[in-house]
Amino acid sequence: MRRCRARRHRDPILQSVLRHPQLRVGALDMALVTPGLAAWGVMTGVAMVKSGMSAVELTLMALFVYAGSSQLAALPLIAAGAPMWVILATSTCINLRFVVFSAHLRPYVAHLPAGQRALRGYLFADLNYGLFIRRFPQPATDAEGVAAQDAYWLGNGVSCWLVWSTSSLVGAALAATIPEAWGLGFAGVLALLGTMVMLATTWQRLAAAVVAGAVAIAAFALPLKLNILVAIAAAIAAGVVLERAPGAVAAPEPEEEHP
Amino acid sequence: MSGTDMWTVATIAGLTIVTVLTRALFFLPAKPWPLPRWLEAGFRYAPIAALAAVVFPEIAMTGGHLITTWQDARLFAAAVATVWFVVRRGLLGTIVAGMAVYLPLHLALGW
Repeated sequence: MRRCRARRHRDPILQSVLRHPQLRVGALDMALVTPGLAAWGVMTGVAMVKSGMSAVELTLMALFVYAGSSQLAALPLIAAGAPMWVILATSTCINLRFVVFSAHLRPYVAHLPAGQRALRGYLFADLNYGLFIRRFPQPATDAEGVAAQDAYWLGNGVSCWLVWSTSSLVGAALAATIPEAWGLGFAGVLALLGTMVMLATTWQRLAAAVVAGAVAIAAFALPLKLNILVAIAAAIAAGVVLERAPGAVAAPEPEEEHP
Repeated sequence: MSGTDMWTVATIAGLTIVTVLTRALFFLPAKPWPLPRWLEAGFRYAPIAALAAVVFPEIAMTGGHLITTWQDARLFAAAVATVWFVVRRGLLGTIVAGMAVYLPLHLALGW
């Protein structure tokens, strides 16, 4: 503990990140979406109580799992006593989009030690991805830019984690007084919807989103939430085919994705 | 609330590991992995597809079935939220506008 603290004080990278103004900018960007995020967290807390979790269990889940859609999908499976591998496979399927985000974002964290890279990944949910990529379409090439991007990442990610875990615990505490029938959790769906529209920067991507949505609904009956994987595969195929459609621009990607 | 069950605690630990592994998978190796071609296409389409695959069923399905009525608060809220984001580009306004349509329809009319 003591050695850790001494090391932290000497760490010039972390020092510059913690003092950097972008730490606040990242936190403020998260503050703007906090109403939706908090409403979603509150309803997740309510759902944890209603699925019969103990106070210890739901506190552990609120503090550590930190993945709203996979938490909500796991709750009925846990309540039903489903095999652990089924629960973990479902969660992995729902989280697969993060694997793609991590491949895209690797250049932004490559300068950090392994433990710090894992922490940056843990802190990176959907909203963070949308906000970060909008602000930093390209990885920085100079030391000042790298520090700014990392400070934004930490400010945005830590505040997101705080809002999520706090609102989940508040929701669990208030579970008896907030009926699920109010549907406040829909605010979280609206936050994801806005992030989705934010990513629709080419007409092929818009078409891919429509294909994914339609396939996810049509294949909803598949086990383990595999409809999400099938929908992603169909949307990628549709996007690739549409890039070659007559009249399509040869390079449909003027913006961010390829560093 | 029921008692704490070690199987559930182990499942929560497993879910935490899944969160870290999926979010940081490409961060973990010290050297960059060569990216297969299919993943480059994945870069362009998988993120929006994954969000759409989660969001569309949440808007247009109830109890595992496609809704058969237009009298559903979620449809109107999602339409207003989408228009709001396209015009104003702000996430907070998108959520507020959507909920301003959703809550009255849902609570007062029962849609």
